[in-house]
Amino acid sequence: MRVLAAMSGGVDSAVAAARAAEAGHDVTGIHLALSRNPKSYRTGARGCCTIEDSNDARRAADVIGIPFYVWDMSDRFHEDVVEDFMAEYAAGRTPNPCLRCNEKIKFAAVLDRALALGFDAVVTGHYAQLRTGPDGLFELHRAEDMGKDQSYVLGVLSQEQLAHSMFPLGDSRKEQVRVEAQHRGLSVAHKPDSHDICFISDGDTGGWLREKLGTGSGEIVDSGTGEVLGVHEGSFGFTIGQRKGLRIGRPAPDGRPRYVLDIEPVSGTVTVGPREELTVDHLTGIRPRWCGTVPDRPLEGTVQLRAHGDEHRAAVTVGDGGAQVEVRLRDPAQGIAPGQAAVVYDGSRVVGSATIAATRRTAATSGA
Amino acid sequence: MSQVPPTTAPSVYLDHAASTPMHPEAVAAMTAQLTRVGNPSSLHAPGRAARRSVEESRERIADAVGCRPGEVVFTSGGTESDNLAVKGLFWSRRDADPRRTRIITSAAEHHAVLDPVYWLADHEGAEVELLPVDHLGRLDVDALRRAVERDPGSVALVSLMWANNEVGTVQPVKDVVAVAEAHGIPVHTDAVQALSQVPVDFAASGVDAMTVTAHKVGGPYGVGALIVRRDLDLVALLHGGGQERDIRSGTIDTPAIVGFATAVELAVKHREEHAERICGLRNDLVRRVVEQVPDAAVNGDPECTPDHRLPGNAHLTFPGCEGDSLLMLLDARGIACSTGSACSAGVPQPSHVLLAMGRTVEQARSSLRFTLGHTTTRADIDALAEAIGPVVERARAAGVLTGLGDAPAGAPTAVGREG
Repeated sequence: MRVLAAMSGGVDSAVAAARAAEAGHDVTGIHLALSRNPKSYRTGARGCCTIEDSNDARRAADVIGIPFYVWDMSDRFHEDVVEDFMAEYAAGRTPNPCLRCNEKIKFAAVLDRALALGFDAVVTGHYAQLRTGPDGLFELHRAEDMGKDQSYVLGVLSQEQLAHSMFPLGDSRKEQVRVEAQHRGLSVAHKPDSHDICFISDGDTGGWLREKLGTGSGEIVDSGTGEVLGVHEGSFGFTIGQRKGLRIGRPAPDGRPRYVLDIEPVSGTVTVGPREELTVDHLTGIRPRWCGTVPDRPLEGTVQLRAHGDEHRAAVTVGDGGAQVEVRLRDPAQGIAPGQAAVVYDGSRVVGSATIAATRRTAATSGA
Repeated sequence: MSQVPPTTAPSVYLDHAASTPMHPEAVAAMTAQLTRVGNPSSLHAPGRAARRSVEESRERIADAVGCRPGEVVFTSGGTESDNLAVKGLFWSRRDADPRRTRIITSAAEHHAVLDPVYWLADHEGAEVELLPVDHLGRLDVDALRRAVERDPGSVALVSLMWANNEVGTVQPVKDVVAVAEAHGIPVHTDAVQALSQVPVDFAASGVDAMTVTAHKVGGPYGVGALIVRRDLDLVALLHGGGQERDIRSGTIDTPAIVGFATAVELAVKHREEHAERICGLRNDLVRRVVEQVPDAAVNGDPECTPDHRLPGNAHLTFPGCEGDSLLMLLDARGIACSTGSACSAGVPQPSHVLLAMGRTVEQARSSLRFTLGHTTTRADIDALAEAIGPVVERARAAGVLTGLGDAPAGAPTAVGREG
């Protein structure tokens, strides 16, 4: 096959490209330029946006012996990922830009262009496995290496997208990949893993958001009494479930720690309360995306609610003519914010995903 | 089964404006010099021998470009020469008269001129005037005249390229000199692309400083010269041993200079027949590409004479295609060309030259530059003519897609792999 390897400049995508080439595919490497101003993202080396990363990807392509190009996706990335990220936060939600990038950029804009240019598939260094199911459909499964499993951020891919994807690292452990990179002479063998959000170079998401969206002070309110406990200088610094850094002058009457329960974006009101009020057992998801067929009956499976988060046993029902998903959590979850993705699994298989629109506590569930 | 990697495909090189292959004679001359020891600044016999090679090379280059040997200042190439001319002239002219802070240049210059000009504006208080070019990429001389005559005493220098690197348009350098000369304003010209393609005579042109470089004329990389009129004051960029007239310091690269001189001599000696030959091939290329892609538009001056366009440049816009898609698809077929755009971290930006010529960002992004040179053959044109139709068709399909939601599922297989 003619395949296009998306090379971030990291060790995973380099080894993925090398494996695809070794498997006999005709591989072309591309690096996605996602920043409009690469120099501004230069410090920190967080994975995929710096000039050094572009050079690392190019050198890996040289060593593998494949052609290499840089594709400028910065406008698309800015529109579809960065602006969406800001808009979501401005609306009081907590988005996952990696899922968004996979949905809109890597497996959409890039894949489309690759297919149109005569490629058959896109290869990435994601840790996830593709299998063919009994019905002949492509199935996305968790990686062998559960510690590195990235099926969560791929939960937005459709059958068409999966049909044109290759994840050569799905059956490997990260340590093996690093050793293999060294054997292959790839200079990125010991490059640190990328982490955090690639377009926020110093990792200070709150500061970045304040810079982009401005600060706005608001009140910190107790969930039980409605009492104003203090004021803050901008709600972007808070996430649901946060305990530290609330800077409330006095302790709760019962002396127990307080957590952020809710953020109201318009007034800037941050509601705090005891840990048990963070617990939810019911989620409503919107914009569902299914990897294969849409479940036509309630599905008893598991959901994962954040990258590298725990699995929760759950019953998932598709409603509202397919536009909505109701998730009843058999294992309650804590600190779940609207905007996060709920990825639905059946065993190791990814069934689909939805964006959390609302959370509820319906039963008297314990805080543990 | 392993497939033939594209890098081993028969290679069609149509990017001579980026770099042209070295002449074998230049390789031989340079290689021979590489085996000889001697710093040209040393006083002993090996040093003197090296110095002799350098000075003979200087004389040969001077002879070929129409200047005196003492006017040849060797540098590391085009970018250094442009920087030296622009900054060096700005500083010396302003030092002589602090009112001289204006730099007049065109919107279609190479980044090696534009970036130092912007740097002077940001750091040295220079006032930059970017003059417009017309739809062919040619400077509006009346605009220059108006700009100069508004306040001639405040102009530090005028810099205008001899021929444009992207679209090949030859600039009215003589007219510019006539305007500037009347007010005693020095003129710098970047003749990197012009040398070897159109007649270039430093003295006859009347310019005060002229940039040339070796690797565009069949010489080695990393060496060039700024031709500087003998009595022109220039502030140095590099300080040290003062090897080149105290204008440029750094150990003189004797082997590269010997290769440079050999290449320039050959290029100028054979220029006329070379120009005629590649002009014919270039016209064929354009005709045959347009035959295959009827809506392709040719950029730059259509007339292939030394006052109009470089003979080896063909610049075309392919509506609906991304230039970098075209480049990649042609590259996969062993055909090397250029999007003609400046790259930062390999990210293509729409060409400022095409934008200055009034093209839209979209048109600028849809363009390719094919440049021919001394090794170009008819077979190269045949290969391009054969490939361009399907390549454009495919790039067009990629150019209009924006997201999977826009394409029917299964569309991918309809554009499956060919041959």
